[in-house]
Amino acid sequence: MRWLALTLCLLAAPLAAVQPDEVLDDPALEARARDLSDGLRCPVCRNESIDESNAAISRDLRLLLRERLVAGDTDEQALQYLVDRYGDYILLNPKVEGANILLWLAAPIMLILAGGVAFVTIRGRSGAPAPDDLSEDEQERLDKIMRG
Amino acid sequence: MVMITELGHFTLILAALFGVAQMVIPLVGAHKGWRGWMAVGDPAAVVQLLLVGFSFAALTYAFVVSDFSLNIVVANSHSDKPMLYKVTGVWGNHEGSMLLWLLILVLFGACASWFGGNLPTSLRARVLGVQASVCVAFYAFILLTSNPFERLDFPPFDGRDLNPLLQDPGLAFHPPFLYLGYVGLSMSFSFAIAALLEGRVDAAWGRWVRPWTLAAWLFLTVGIALGSWWAYYELGWGGFWFWDPVENASFMPWLLAAALLHSAIVVEKRESLKAWTILLAILAFGFSLLGTFIVRSGVLTSVHAFANDPERGVFILAILAFFVGGGLLLFAIRAKTMEAKGVFSTVSRETALVTNNVLLAVSCFVVFVGTIWPLVIELGSTNAKWTFTGGLIDNPFYTIGLFDRPEQVSVGAPFFNAAFTPFFVALSIILPVGAVLAWKRGTLAKAAKPMVPVAIFALACGALAFALQTGRTAMGPIGVVLGVWVVGGACMDIWLRTVRGAVSGRLKRLTRLPRADWGKFTAHSGMGITVFAVAALTAWEAEDIRIAQIGDRWQVGIHEVELTAVDTVEGPNYFGERGDMAVFRNGRPVGHLYPEKRVYPVAQMPTTEAGIRNGVLRDVYVVIGDPQDGGGWAVRTYIKPFANWIWGGSILMALGGLISLTDRRLRVAAGAAKAKTDPKGVPAE
Repeated sequence: MRWLALTLCLLAAPLAAVQPDEVLDDPALEARARDLSDGLRCPVCRNESIDESNAAISRDLRLLLRERLVAGDTDEQALQYLVDRYGDYILLNPKVEGANILLWLAAPIMLILAGGVAFVTIRGRSGAPAPDDLSEDEQERLDKIMRG
Repeated sequence: MVMITELGHFTLILAALFGVAQMVIPLVGAHKGWRGWMAVGDPAAVVQLLLVGFSFAALTYAFVVSDFSLNIVVANSHSDKPMLYKVTGVWGNHEGSMLLWLLILVLFGACASWFGGNLPTSLRARVLGVQASVCVAFYAFILLTSNPFERLDFPPFDGRDLNPLLQDPGLAFHPPFLYLGYVGLSMSFSFAIAALLEGRVDAAWGRWVRPWTLAAWLFLTVGIALGSWWAYYELGWGGFWFWDPVENASFMPWLLAAALLHSAIVVEKRESLKAWTILLAILAFGFSLLGTFIVRSGVLTSVHAFANDPERGVFILAILAFFVGGGLLLFAIRAKTMEAKGVFSTVSRETALVTNNVLLAVSCFVVFVGTIWPLVIELGSTNAKWTFTGGLIDNPFYTIGLFDRPEQVSVGAPFFNAAFTPFFVALSIILPVGAVLAWKRGTLAKAAKPMVPVAIFALACGALAFALQTGRTAMGPIGVVLGVWVVGGACMDIWLRTVRGAVSGRLKRLTRLPRADWGKFTAHSGMGITVFAVAALTAWEAEDIRIAQIGDRWQVGIHEVELTAVDTVEGPNYFGERGDMAVFRNGRPVGHLYPEKRVYPVAQMPTTEAGIRNGVLRDVYVVIGDPQDGGGWAVRTYIKPFANWIWGGSILMALGGLISLTDRRLRVAAGAAKAKTDPKGVPAE
């Protein structure tokens, strides 16, 4: 069963993704539909967008999305329409709200932290006297050796 | 010959016993200073390799002769399967792949013994001891939860065949390379722990640990490139990177290994960044184990996950917790003892390498957070009450108002593209200048000056690309600028290494530069090429979807494609349909493509075999789909500009690592003998 489920939804699609009969006549509208469906997750697959997926439900979603766009929805309205029905789960790009704010802030916070620690450490260290400079005694000995 | 499976099983158990011996005796010996005990590590490592090698050979034999009394042979093989895939099927499944992992682990252990002749006795004993402790954990894992030698009471007549997607040369050799990389990082880990036990990290340590890290990193690079290349031609729409959890699992250690091999340079040359380098070595291996956990447990199920067993997941999690937790604890206790010797000013090569490390490590962190985020949200929001030591407590996330109901989120390519890409753009921008900054105390102006012409040239190329393209995003031109900047910077860098003088003299000196310089040049150029190619392919790809009748001809870019015929084909373990497509370029015929649609009846799986015409500047990529009700076939045509450059760049990166490695081996292995005759043998870079 597991193999069958995998076969149906993700692994090797007989023909991946968008079928010829789904394509809208208006190229501008079709381009918008492609852009949007790139960011929508196939509900029954793992980590595949409906644009790539061959699952039947992804086809339904692609058709639904195009219907909304043809009906004159803006991108946001069309997305909201689908999210209302399928949940935030279908957004491959998590919204910047609620707990997800932490996800989006993770990179800048970590960068500032790591950069700050590195900067302070280097700053602090470069001020200290250089221990690998030779003392006068050592310099004299070195000179002697070098002269042979 | 029937006994051979039992012999393989037996040698595996025997090897585990040698592993325990190699773990305990040298470590105790090194602690007490007993030479005899320390010396046990070397022969034990070799014996382990022989025993595990035999065990692996026994399993391979079972696959080759299709011994269907073995559970995993039945589940993953078929008597009609081509011989190549019978052999690669050994690691195309959970149990066999873990045995391969173990084989590579003991191989690295034996290599540490063979090539570690110049290590101090106690350090070598400790390295081998720590390495053996990792081995013991995996012996236990395999023998207790994932035994590949399990027999069936009633052997079936034939097997269930290997997942047909895995019956492909690109994917067949992808796991061994990835494992060489993952497991190679265990050597860096062993060196780090051994150094912490030893209480000493110096320039020599940096020099010893670098070749292992370099080797691990270059294998990871090849493994990741192979996997990406496979996805490109096999999955049927020419995607090359999906930010899938399993891909991320191999990408995170790659990023940290890249950081580690740069920071180890600072340890080696300047005796600085010691504590950080040790920490990186522990974390890099931690991410290798985490990757194994992600793939093996199926906790973040994805396209690749083919094992799903909580018992195994928990076991690997315990291994992960023990080694990373133990390593970090030891680090916390001992890190203070590692005092930096070399100081450096805020503007110096050291600082540039620290910046490189910060960017790589933070980008790895971003990938990590994005990968586990769906799990975090699900675990955090599922229950409003948590059971805690018997009683129920309020879910703290609900208390602070983060959640008010169970939630599920997805984190996919759009997030990673947005959050990760800036780090590689920043890395590409600073690389050329940072690579020529002077050690210890540099001046930015002096380093930037020779790069000014490179920058002007890069910007000019970008402007040209912008002028040539019509109405598309700025991504393509930005990719051109970054690519030319990094590759041009690498050329300028190696040119500057010839110091100054007449051009002929400099050219001559170019050929005499140490291999490490050429390695640096090759790897950095490779990275520039990959950065450019990823941007170019994403920005300039063209696509056509249509229903084609036989005889139809259509145009995509400067190419035309004609569907001339569709035939049926039959392979050893599949059947399907094959399209014959004639490709024309500017009206002239340039060849035929034969995309296939296959069905593997035993595995009950369809696959697509794309027809790809590889070109230097672009690939023509055609896929044939289902026959349509009204006649004709669904056909997709793509133009993929600079696709090959992505993997070409990756292979250059790996090649750069290999070139550096040969330099290092000369220096490390032959160093002792050569030092007497050639006192200035150590090159500056």
